[in-house]
Amino acid sequence: MKKKLISVLLCVSLAATMLAGCGSEKAASSNADAGNDAGQEAPAESGSTEGGGAEGGKTYAIVTKAAGNPFNEKTADGFKEVIEASGGTAIIKHPEAPTADAQVSVIQSLISQGVDSICIAANDENALQAALEEAMAAGIKVCCEDSKTNPDSRQVFVNQAGVNEIGVALMEAVHDITGGEGQWAVLSATSQAANQNAWIEAMKKTMESDEKYSKLELVEVAYGDDEPQKSTDQTQALLAKYPNLKLICAPTTVGINAAAKVLQDEKSSVKLTGLGLPSEMAEYIGDDDAHSCPYMYLWNPIDLGRLGAYTSIALVDGTITGAEGDKFTAGDMGDYEVIAADDGGTEMILGAPFKFDASNIDEWKDVY
Amino acid sequence: MKENKSILKKITGSREASLLIVLVVLCVVISMRSPSFLTLKSISDMLKNNAVIMIMTLGMLGVLLVGGIDISITSTLALSGMTAGMLVKYGIVENTFLLFVIAVAIGGLCGFLAGLIISKGKVLPIIATMGFMYIYRGLAYIVANSQWASAEDLGAFKEFALGSVFGINNVIIVLVICYAVFFVVMKWTKTGRMVYAVGSNREAAGISGINTSSVELMVYTVMGTLAGLCGALAVSIYSSAQPNMLYGREMDVIAACVIGGVSMTGGRGSVAGALLGSLILAIIAKALPLVGIEAIAQNTVKGVIILAVIVLNVITQRVMDKNNLKGREM
Repeated sequence: MKKKLISVLLCVSLAATMLAGCGSEKAASSNADAGNDAGQEAPAESGSTEGGGAEGGKTYAIVTKAAGNPFNEKTADGFKEVIEASGGTAIIKHPEAPTADAQVSVIQSLISQGVDSICIAANDENALQAALEEAMAAGIKVCCEDSKTNPDSRQVFVNQAGVNEIGVALMEAVHDITGGEGQWAVLSATSQAANQNAWIEAMKKTMESDEKYSKLELVEVAYGDDEPQKSTDQTQALLAKYPNLKLICAPTTVGINAAAKVLQDEKSSVKLTGLGLPSEMAEYIGDDDAHSCPYMYLWNPIDLGRLGAYTSIALVDGTITGAEGDKFTAGDMGDYEVIAADDGGTEMILGAPFKFDASNIDEWKDVY
Repeated sequence: MKENKSILKKITGSREASLLIVLVVLCVVISMRSPSFLTLKSISDMLKNNAVIMIMTLGMLGVLLVGGIDISITSTLALSGMTAGMLVKYGIVENTFLLFVIAVAIGGLCGFLAGLIISKGKVLPIIATMGFMYIYRGLAYIVANSQWASAEDLGAFKEFALGSVFGINNVIIVLVICYAVFFVVMKWTKTGRMVYAVGSNREAAGISGINTSSVELMVYTVMGTLAGLCGALAVSIYSSAQPNMLYGREMDVIAACVIGGVSMTGGRGSVAGALLGSLILAIIAKALPLVGIEAIAQNTVKGVIILAVIVLNVITQRVMDKNNLKGREM
């Protein structure tokens, strides 16, 4: 009897936790809905004041990876800003979960809503194909930003991370911080991470291409598997193995964070650069010896969203079709050209990565 | 002559001794290739960087001893660590000690709930803790609410892992205290012996008057408490609270126990074994990048070393059992 009572109680408490969980999720998604509503209402006002542009009455949708992804939210902000300035209506859709399934149902609701374009940060390269092909068949223009789908599911990809641009920017930083000579090492994520390997390759190519890098010696590429613990081990090992090491370049947010902590705690003279999140790195960025990282890079999510918006507009008004060689002007961002992507589709590249240093980190650390 | 024999017997007669030999051999080989390995700083770095896994190994020892398993521990860690991180970030609680107490309490509650389901609800431990693994990890994401706490947000809380008493890092002191307490409790107290009794023969233990389900409830609560402690420690050590903290690392904790000779079916294992097992894992993690093994081969080498140690361990156990049987015949 006692046992039964306890198991009933346990079941009830389990159900209660589940309900509590669902409840807060609902609250989150209703917040997201509120955001969408605001997004749809705001342009109506601006439309009336500006009298509507040539694109007036058109609706442009952006689909993020999931509700509450800070990077995606900034992208959506940039997208909305450009669309509304042009007199269009921006719809921001956050899927409930960061999965392809959740995005498929969002895409389907957008198709039935009859939007003019969809700009999506894909959660899966292939799983969205059926839904996006259906959208394109319905006359909706499709582009991707942040992370792409396969070539068949999109017209063009807005790539924030041009491999060569990153290779050049990081190599330039290595050259600048080391003073042009000495030993340096790379701390990467996993040895199979495709983007990491492409960036490291691009750095090596840049290093070989110019005589000014000849006095720099890349001693090792270490892999921290994007785990703080392993990255710490690897950083400490680099310091022990190469007493003359001058710089570590970590093109991964977890790695650079762990390395920055090790270097700063040990008051090491070894410096750091790479790709990192401003909010995580704020403590370590500075020009003096007390800080381990003079500056680092990452893309600018707001600009990414803005370019996504200009691309959507250009696709809808027919300036571009997403074919290789198409050119258009993205407002004050300048001219962009559609080029061939590695996967057989087309893409355009946002530009060089954005530099975060002591002068702007305070402003960016609250952004993402 | 007689003494020699007894030393030899001791070495072949105890799993811990064979592990100790492995440990010494590993250290000698590594320090030959990399002299900086056996410095005080390097060892202190290693202990600090592995403290979280090492402390949770103790809790897992208790759970495995009663024949259970807990795969929700790193989720518990993430939930308590994330809560502590968020409390500091938003300036709600700034006292380091209080934050540790909160994290430990959350961990204890998490473990207690899992223990209730397992001991009173008679649910298989792996199933119950799998459920909690998702629940607690999910709660960690809800607590985080798409935010994270980084070095700048953590203020004085991250100083704990940097501070030291008598030249010994605080984290290592916590680690040593945990091991000392467990060593005493498991070896010399009634509570410790009850855990072994339940693990080696539950029915007999029950008949002899031990409340087996209470013992079970206790080990899961202790496991959760330690995971909660480790949550706060991890946030302080790495100055970063993320909801995906230590994702998947419960396997390392279980591996440390198994290497240390703790039986997966219960009843067998010791604190010394858990210490040696987790130390061997820590040394491997620290040494592989140091000795210059190609990065892509490191995981393979790690696996080979682990397997070799376990095989050696099993062989020692067989020899031991045989010797014991011989003793009985005579």
